[in-house]
Amino acid sequence: MKYAFIIAGVLFIALTIAAGLIWVERRLLSVWQDRLGPNRVGPFGLLQVVADTIKLFFKEDWVPPFSDRPVFVLAPGILMVTILLTFAVVPFGPDFYVFDSNIGILFFLGNSSLGVYSIVLGGWASNNKYSLIGAMRASAQMLTYEVFMGLSLMGVVMMADSFSFCKIVETQKGGWFFIPQFIGFIVFFIAGIAETHRLPFDIPEAEGELIAGYHSEYSGMKFGMFFVGEYLGITLISALISTLFFGGWLGPSFLPPVFWFLFKTFFFICVFILLRASLPRPRYDQLMELGWKILLPLSLLNLLITGAILIFLK
Amino acid sequence: MDVFFYIAAVVAIISTVMAISGRNAIHSLLYLILSLLAISVIFYLLSAPFIAALEVIIYAGAIMVLFIFVTMMLNIGLEREAEKKWLKPRMWIIPSILAVVLLVNLILALKNIKTISSDKEAILPKQVGISLFSTYLLGVEIAAILLMAGVIGAYHLGSQKKKVKHRFLEIK
Repeated sequence: MKYAFIIAGVLFIALTIAAGLIWVERRLLSVWQDRLGPNRVGPFGLLQVVADTIKLFFKEDWVPPFSDRPVFVLAPGILMVTILLTFAVVPFGPDFYVFDSNIGILFFLGNSSLGVYSIVLGGWASNNKYSLIGAMRASAQMLTYEVFMGLSLMGVVMMADSFSFCKIVETQKGGWFFIPQFIGFIVFFIAGIAETHRLPFDIPEAEGELIAGYHSEYSGMKFGMFFVGEYLGITLISALISTLFFGGWLGPSFLPPVFWFLFKTFFFICVFILLRASLPRPRYDQLMELGWKILLPLSLLNLLITGAILIFLK
Repeated sequence: MDVFFYIAAVVAIISTVMAISGRNAIHSLLYLILSLLAISVIFYLLSAPFIAALEVIIYAGAIMVLFIFVTMMLNIGLEREAEKKWLKPRMWIIPSILAVVLLVNLILALKNIKTISSDKEAILPKQVGISLFSTYLLGVEIAAILLMAGVIGAYHLGSQKKKVKHRFLEIK
């Protein structure tokens, strides 16, 4: 019974934050661009999300006749399932997690590598050249950034001596990992942006050149799932950054641990949005060069140095 | 636990058969991914969570993406007619006989083997790492040399191309 409550709670929090983020992002972007943003529907425009959702539900859900129908329908679901499954291993508080696995980080990496299929298959099944180009860019980009997304976390794993998220948070009582693992934190953050294909790394959907890329044929709630999936991805990466590098639910005890976790997560979500507001999109080859020539050697170096220091201290 | 094993095993077998017999290349690859996921569940039930995770990350998540990538690039999703011409029913005879011989061999071999119980203590990542870098160090080193050869080969292929900033900025 307790499990059912926790699962329902985690799902509710994740989905509400993801949907609410659509409004938060538009308002914050407007603040940074010196305008007002959506402020007509409800108080402060808060009901904008509800209005958008109703609009998406009532739109015609069109499956193009030239598409590969089963794969086309399957693709948006894969994205939602892989991201929501990963929330199961994220500890929201000392006793507020669905399950604590001793392969927690690997579970996250496995799910994020399965998430690639959603975009690749969505683009391929659309049977449209722009979507196909988007899908190819996505598969190359996400495969590249997955490699050192995993490697950048190995420093944290070595310091905590475990793959389990709860154990990692517990070890950070002596000090948050973002100080000793600063390189790991930077690499993971950049890889996280690329994995969620957010601006500035939104090369698979680059609306200026590819007219939304992999999801240009999607409409109605199928598009909605890609859309919410992107915000779920941001929430997940922010939650993981705060868990792995900023002590998760640890914090001064005058407020409950869950609050600290949500506060840190929200802070990183805002950083994601600020990056969107302030950075231009790099070219495709620049993205690949940054990945293979700078970030991969950096994360390997970080791994080597962390290992050496840990052995020296033993 | 046994129920989960049989479910995963049936899913693995059905999806593998579908992967072999399908004509649409991408659909076959999707069935193959499903089969790999089912095998990962079996590994997990055999108390090897680390191997299960690696199966998902490396096989289902990385290698199969490359397969799908290549299939997409070549656009060989729907060449049904051509494949019908290549694969005549007569070609199946000898491979099927050989496969049946192997199957009989396997069944006879399995009759004498001790069953592996799934209630063993889980083998954690740490133990896998320790045994990899002590007992099986030679294997790890050989794999590393193989990968090094791959890296050098990739460098050789990639270094041929001259870097051009933009096709309009190219100096002839």
